[in-house]
This record gives sequence, C-alpha cells and structure tokens, in this order.
Amino acid sequence: MHTVLGIIAKRLLLGVVTMFMVSVLIFCAVNLLPGDFAQAILGQGATPEAVEAIRRDLGLNEPFVQRYLSWLMAVLQGDFGTSFAEANFSSYGGATATSNFGSVAQKLAPRFYNTIFLAGVTAAVAVPISLFIGILAALYRNSIFDRMANITTLSSISSPEFFLAYILILILAVLNPLLPSLSNIYDGMEFSERLQKTLLPALTLTLVVAAHMMRMTRAAIINLLASPFIEMARLKGLSPFRVIIFHAFPNALAPIINVVALNLAFLITGVVVVEVVFVYPGIGQLFVDSVKIRDIPVVQACCLVFAAAYILLNLTADIMAILSNPRLRHPK
Amino acid sequence: MVSTMLTWFVMAIVATVGAKKFAPAVPNERIQTRLRDMGYVAVFGYVVMITMIVLSVDYYIGYSLGDSMPGWLQAISFFGPQKLPFYGWLINGIIMFGAAGWLFRLIGRRVGTEWTKKMFRQMPVTASFGILTIIIYAIMSIFAEMIAPYGQAEIFDKINLLPGGDPALGGDPAHPLGTDQIGRDLLSRLIYGGQNTVGIAFATTCLAFFIGTTLGFLAATIGGWFDQLLSRIVDMLMAIPQLIFALLLMTIATAWAGSERALLTIYMVVIIAVLDSTRVFRLSRAVGMNIVVMDFFEAAKLRGENMAYLIFREILPNAYAPLLAEFGLRFCFVFLTIAALSFLGVGIQPPLADWGTMVKDLSQFINFAAFSPLTAALPLLAAGAIALLTVAVNFVVEWMLNQSSGLKE
Repeated sequence: MHTVLGIIAKRLLLGVVTMFMVSVLIFCAVNLLPGDFAQAILGQGATPEAVEAIRRDLGLNEPFVQRYLSWLMAVLQGDFGTSFAEANFSSYGGATATSNFGSVAQKLAPRFYNTIFLAGVTAAVAVPISLFIGILAALYRNSIFDRMANITTLSSISSPEFFLAYILILILAVLNPLLPSLSNIYDGMEFSERLQKTLLPALTLTLVVAAHMMRMTRAAIINLLASPFIEMARLKGLSPFRVIIFHAFPNALAPIINVVALNLAFLITGVVVVEVVFVYPGIGQLFVDSVKIRDIPVVQACCLVFAAAYILLNLTADIMAILSNPRLRHPK
Repeated sequence: MVSTMLTWFVMAIVATVGAKKFAPAVPNERIQTRLRDMGYVAVFGYVVMITMIVLSVDYYIGYSLGDSMPGWLQAISFFGPQKLPFYGWLINGIIMFGAAGWLFRLIGRRVGTEWTKKMFRQMPVTASFGILTIIIYAIMSIFAEMIAPYGQAEIFDKINLLPGGDPALGGDPAHPLGTDQIGRDLLSRLIYGGQNTVGIAFATTCLAFFIGTTLGFLAATIGGWFDQLLSRIVDMLMAIPQLIFALLLMTIATAWAGSERALLTIYMVVIIAVLDSTRVFRLSRAVGMNIVVMDFFEAAKLRGENMAYLIFREILPNAYAPLLAEFGLRFCFVFLTIAALSFLGVGIQPPLADWGTMVKDLSQFINFAAFSPLTAALPLLAAGAIALLTVAVNFVVEWMLNQSSGLKE
C-alpha cells in the first residue's frame, strides 16, 4: 500500500510541475510579443501618454520574471486580472486604474458552470452508450454489427464537429422541431428547460466522443478476451454471461476507466467548436470571442482552465490505471 | 410516437423469441445451425437491423415515388409519400460512391502492372473508394483554375442567387449553386475552397513531418541531453490541448500580423505545423530508437558517416511504413484543425475561399430546409466535402495498417 501512495504522490507532483510549466509557457507566449501590448490595444492613433498610462496600470514596465510571479500569485488566489474588453481605456488618460471592474474571474465563473453542465450531460449520455456498443462489438466481432459499428464510428471520428452539429440541427431542430437549435441559457433557469436547451450540443459532442470511446473499449475488451484466464473460464463450462460478468468485467474495468478519462479530456477541443455552433454560453464561446478581439487576459485565463482540465483528466486516467493494475501497483 | 416505439419493441422481442423457438423448423441447414448457436442478444440485434433496413427502404421508396405512389403501396407503407429529399440524396450518394469504389477496384484489377493488380485484388471496397476519392480531390485541387467557371474573388452584381439555376425560383443558369451575399459564385468558391483548404493542409503536414522526423531521428541518434531536452519540450507542448494552444498562438499572430491579413494564413501554417510536429517527433523518435540499436546502423556509424547520411540513408528507409500511415492520420488531423480554425474565423483569411469559412457564412441557410432543400444543403455540402476527404484518408490508412501489420483481427 505504501508504494502505491508513493507512486500516486509522484504522479500528482508531476502534474503540478506540468501545470507550472504550462503556466510559464502561456505567460511567455503572450508576453514575448514583438509589438507592444498597450500599442496594440489602443491602435495607431494613440498618444504616447495614453500608452504609458496603460503600461503603468498593467504593470508592463516591470521586469519579466517579477511580472510572471505577481501574475501567478494572483491566479492562485483566483484573480485572473481585468478583461481588456470591459475596461474602458479611454477614461484612463493618465489616471490610476479603477480595479475590480470587468474582472476576468467574474466573467469566467458562470460560463465555467455552463460548460461543466454541458460536459456532464454529454458524459451521462456518451459513456453508457459507447461502453454498451463497444462491448457488444467486441463480443460479436467480425460480425455484420461490428463492421457497421466500425464504419459508422470511423465516419463520425473523421467528420468535423460542425458537420455533425449541422446535421443534427437539420434533423432535430429544423425538419422535426423537437429541440431548439440555439442554446440561450441564462441564470435562474429551471433544470428541465436548461437540460432541453443543452441536449442538442450534448448530442453532437456525444457523437464525437462516443465513437472514440467505443473503438477504444472494443480494442480493450478484445485484448482481454484473448487472455488465458478467459479461455480457462470458458473451458470450465461457465455460461457466457457468467464469464463476462465475473471474469472479464472486473479486469476490463481498468482499461475502461482509462478510456473514459482520456476521452473526456478529448472532449475539451470539441467543446470550443460546438459551443460556437450552438451559441452556448460556455468557456469555449468566450475563448473564441476573446481570441477575435485579442482580449489577452481572458484568453490566458481560458487557456489555463482548459489546460488544467486536460492535465487533471489525463492524471486521473494515469492514476486509475495504476490503481487497478497490480503489476503497476507493485513495480519491480 | 412513444406508443409506436413501444409496440415495435414488444414485436421485436416476440420476433426474437420466436426465431429462437422455431429455429429447428428452418429448412435451410446453414441458417438453422447459426440460429441455434446464436445468443438471444445477437438475434435481437438482427431483428433491429432488419427493421431499420425495411424502414429505410420504405422511406426511400416514399421519397423516389413521391405523390405518384400507388394507393395499395401507400396503404402498406409506414412513412407514405415524402417531399424532403435529404435522406434520398444520402442514399443515392452512398450507392453512387459505393458503386464508384467497386468499379474502380474492378478496373484496377484488370488494368495496370502486375503489382497494382495484385494490390487491387486484396483491397476492400472501402479502401478503393478512399483511393478514388483522394485522386478526385487531388485533381480538383490542382486544376481548380481550369475547372472553376469563375475566379474565387470575382464579384457579380447579382447577389444572393438561390442554387438550382431556375430563374423562376430566384436562380440563374450561369451560377448553378447561386451566389453569396456579396455576389461571388458559390460553385467556383467551393472548388477553389478545395484547392486552398487541401493545399494548405497538405503543406502544413509536410512541414510538420519535416520538423518532426528530423528532430525525432536526431534525438534518437544523438541521445543524451539533446534527447532529454527535446522530449521535455514536446511533453510540455502536448500538455495543452492542440486546438486551444493554436487559438492562443493565433491571437498573438493576429497582433503580429496587424492589418496584413494575408500574413495570418502563413502564421497559421507555421503554428499548426510546429504543434503537430510534436506527435510526429514522438513517433519518429520511438521508431528511430529501435533502428539505432541495430548492427547495420552501428556499422555505418563506425564507417564514419556524417549525420545527414545516417538519418536519411540509414534510418529513414527503414522507417517508411509507420511514417506513411502516420502521414495520413496527421493530414486528417491538420485538415480538421484548419477547418475548425477557419470555421471559428481565425484560420484562412478572405479573399481566399475555404470550406470552413464557407460553412460558417452559409450556416444560416439551414433554417430554410423545409422550403428550399437545395439552399439548406449548401453549408452541408462544404462541411460534407471536408468529412468525405477525411473519411477517405482514414479508410486508406486503416487498410494500409492492416496490410503492414498482417492483422486480420
């Protein structure tokens, strides 16, 4: 047991280090810009005084390392800075900054909740379906079901997310008006209504993720069914049902949990495009909007959030794999 | 709706149990034994599949006959006559593409050298369809200037022409797919869009491979601190989801490019190539590691060959097969990333036509599906063009991987 804790602690530490490096990377990428930041915001007609004022307010005149450290400290306390789009720079004119106005954290919080909700609905739909189909395809492999499932999933993996999204809109929103094609979600909405408006983007994401998950589950189960202990159980004369539930399933749990965690990490990229298609008020939408208007603090914050989620999910997959595999649990 | 599904479900279970119970009565011996050995779940699966096939055929007949459907057929048909053509187009498309792939394979088996004939004989239809599609896309992209009726930025004074070319319905025979909101011919833009999107994706993949394989093989050959350094950098780059990182860097690139929007396309190529080369690096490093421990490589090293010789004459020829398959997969990935970036509005910049931007611009037309199916099909056409190419490449790659590993699994 001791070694397990040690390994997990090591992985967690590695995760923290990765997160730290990622924050450095994001900060460097944004701050090693060749042009001047303040200049870029104000445009060409800016007076030198105004540029100087913004630089002072944003602390752009301080040395690089110090700027990074103060930024990191602020981020750790949940303060992601001030959104450029919300702060009104024309009112500066050399005066001190009015802080606590248009803070990024304020902007991010409700959208973060929305995105988590979308991801949760997607996972609730995608995980059972893909596990079920994946196990079936593995059990009846090389049958006509397996081939059909293979071709369908390959096509759905290869299609861009927006193609699937528009096809679903066409079928479920335009031709048969069952679900709304735009998800205008606001605070204080009832759960059922929120669910109904989230369902179409969630279904699109399901199509994207379930295909991967199903293929990986199928591969994992096929791998498992070839192992000697399954053959032994069969030769003992156990019923196929018993073989699957009592012999295959406990051993399949490890790869399956791994597959689920990896694919939820994969969801992150899908979220951005799908949220834009359905005008879903989540982080992805905010991210793309901020990219277009070059609202750097928001872009930085979104990037950090996405990267953190990605690293966390990959870490979970790793730790689960260790916990459920005795050979990794007791390394030689 | 719910009661129909419930009825069907009960009927399906009855059919499943019935099929198992009356299996010994089946006259055909092969079907009889298969039915006997099959589990209930599998029989149920077949019942589901047969229902779906029957329903699809029923709908397709309803679509193709339309109002001219005879009365007795309408009485037994589940869906009845259909007006909307989308499903019919889909089925027609699948039949056409399937037939084209099959014919292509048939021709390939007769024509050509002994080697290609042998290749075509072992090929599944999906792979031959994939190869045919890739060839067609390549021709369309290379000769876009000759095929497209107009230029990609050419503006006509008739704006918002509807597709179909029927003047009574707001079309124009000169513009079969209509024009967009500032009067550019959509057919030409679709063809040029292929040239730009496919061409840029191909160039990006090549660049990513050049960077990735060179560094990967160098890391494998030199090893030590060089390998460690590169690997850690790659680990760090891969810790951020690719599309997210690309968007972050594109923000900076927009600041960099300033008012010169054309530069942005070049920045995008470089950014995606660098981000994508991380995966190529991993693969080529792993492949290279296996090669540098072999005797022939040791011999070449002792002969005193220089680094370029070692990499391009010793490692590369032995790493072709996995790299080629990876090239196909990477191309798909890059292609989809570029399409997604363009769709989000930060990828390929106007006036260049491209499919991602076209989907975004035309996406509102999808709401007219009930009145003008052709108009609604426009955004799907551009998006489908992206999907078709990636599906084709994936089919070919899967076949190649199966070939090289000898897996029949």
